[in-house]
Amino acid sequence: MAMEKMPPMQYYLRSKKKFPTVWCPGCGIGIVQGGIIRGIERLRLSKDEVAMISGIGCTGRMPVYVDFNTMHTTHGRALAFATGLKLAKPGMKVLVVMGDGDAVAIGGNHFIHAARRNLDLTAIIVNNQTYGMTGGQQSPTTPLGDLATVAPYGNIDQPFDICGLAEAAGAAFVARTTAYHAVEIERFVARGIEKKGFAVIEVLSQCPVFYGRIARRQNAVEMLHWYRDNTSAEALEGKVRRGVLVDRDIPEYGDRYREIVARARGEKARRAEGGRRR
Amino acid sequence: MQGNEAIAEGALAAGIGFFGAYPITPANEIGEIMARELPRRGGVFIQMEDEIASLAAVVGASLGGLKAATATSGPGFSLMQENIGYAASTEIPCVVINVQRAGPSTGLPTGPAQGDVMQSRWGTHGDHPIIVLAPSSVSECYGLTVRAFNLSEKYRTPVILLADEAVGHMREAVGDLPALPVINRARAEVPAEWYFPYDNNLGDVPPLANFGEGYRYHVTGLFHDKSGFPTERQDEIEPWMERLFHKIEGNLDDIVQVEEEAVEDAETVLISYGGAARSARHAMNQAREKGVRVGLLRLLTLWPFAAAKVRSLSQQAIRFIVVEMNRGQMTLEVERVVAGRIPVDAVHRYDGQLINPHPIMKAIEEA
Repeated sequence: MAMEKMPPMQYYLRSKKKFPTVWCPGCGIGIVQGGIIRGIERLRLSKDEVAMISGIGCTGRMPVYVDFNTMHTTHGRALAFATGLKLAKPGMKVLVVMGDGDAVAIGGNHFIHAARRNLDLTAIIVNNQTYGMTGGQQSPTTPLGDLATVAPYGNIDQPFDICGLAEAAGAAFVARTTAYHAVEIERFVARGIEKKGFAVIEVLSQCPVFYGRIARRQNAVEMLHWYRDNTSAEALEGKVRRGVLVDRDIPEYGDRYREIVARARGEKARRAEGGRRR
Repeated sequence: MQGNEAIAEGALAAGIGFFGAYPITPANEIGEIMARELPRRGGVFIQMEDEIASLAAVVGASLGGLKAATATSGPGFSLMQENIGYAASTEIPCVVINVQRAGPSTGLPTGPAQGDVMQSRWGTHGDHPIIVLAPSSVSECYGLTVRAFNLSEKYRTPVILLADEAVGHMREAVGDLPALPVINRARAEVPAEWYFPYDNNLGDVPPLANFGEGYRYHVTGLFHDKSGFPTERQDEIEPWMERLFHKIEGNLDDIVQVEEEAVEDAETVLISYGGAARSARHAMNQAREKGVRVGLLRLLTLWPFAAAKVRSLSQQAIRFIVVEMNRGQMTLEVERVVAGRIPVDAVHRYDGQLINPHPIMKAIEEA
């Protein structure tokens, strides 16, 4: 297998074609991408069986760089495209990468319904708390009071808790980590892919250029240190909780659908038999 | 059989494998039949959270290799515009069924209309080609649905079946539905490293490989190169755009379908389509009984517009009367093509009621 001959990063990336990336210096998305690749490598998945689907935004550009079946869709709709593909190709591992705006603002409805439906998809949300590609507007996860290009006096919109939303909406697996904790990204992505059902992995990730600079936070290194110092694998007062927050067994949508097919076909066969007897 | 039932039968006859939709009047019967029949055939029915997601799922399933469709009406059709553009740009086959009701906005959910004619052509942003078909009868609901799938597979494009509430909810005797030819998309046959999903050198329609079958490529709504990757290069964008349009405009003989009745000696030619064409035909027959030389040009393909046919008829007829259930959307197109050579009159209705033959007769007699 060619995988043995070259480093996994090189094997799974479109390394000869599509680099350098569009991402700014100091951006955390590359770290997340690395974690996803290592998670896939852990599971020894073939490139042909993996699909990566994204919406719009900085994270939406990730599928260009990975050598899978890749699809860059419309803003917020990646999960809906992925739903169709997964039902058409149940054997594929379908990963959906989204930013915070893509996943829970414009795509919020698709997000909660994907969780409710519990189809076997792996959603990885790179939460940089801003709209980076459009210059730094406040997003649904920007903290209260932060400055943004269209919040020059401070953000008054209450932020979403993405993991809480996923849990309440019915996701089978929910985990949170940060770009500082690269090994956790790898582990959680691998577990999310293995989990039968809808898996959500939220990765807090620094955007030093359009969030850090405008919100007068720190540079990339300081932001990473903030993740190190202000998050915790245990539930601690004043710290953002990391780790696997939800891991529960709920019947998966594809399995449920295949039961419907069996029932419909059984009924059809019974009817045909009844018809012959008459 | 009912029109909406015939649409569902047409989709099944064409080999549909995936149907995703959101409830809306007056299109619901189509989904009800799909939910019953697709599981029996191993296909997928899914009710999505809205119409945006419905078409997104349809496009995703099509990329997985299934023939896929959705059905909706005006308000849902508005929501689908975004992903109609995506399917047109990425050249992923799909069929969008719009059983039109009166609008704008929520309008009259159970009243027939043809107000989405221009939206079906230009509803999504940016220049793009599109194919739109309009059935006038229950049997045509069946036949044109099969044709919608066929054209969509053949030309790698979204196709819109623009029915209306009158045709969708009408019941007619159709007898046994005929088995019609079914076209499947061209498959990639070259080794994966030679495969380019948007290769402009492979004719109008390069083959489309299914995801997950060894051809790893990129799909994006951004302008893309022959591999599917985003590009800003003018020398890649222009040939792609040219091919995108040429695959439709270069195949008008195959795509544009009209039906002519009694036009040979007609002084007045009625131009109509969909549910409205039934009243137009009735009026034409009444006028013929009175000895008035009236013919009917019925458009089965609305877009691309049957410009050549309308132009040639404008050289033999004295006058056109366009009959449609809107304020003159196709009338504008006829006027554009006629370019003042002969008068273009019109009978319009847009209050959610059918056009009666009577006002059409009146318009004919006012000549």
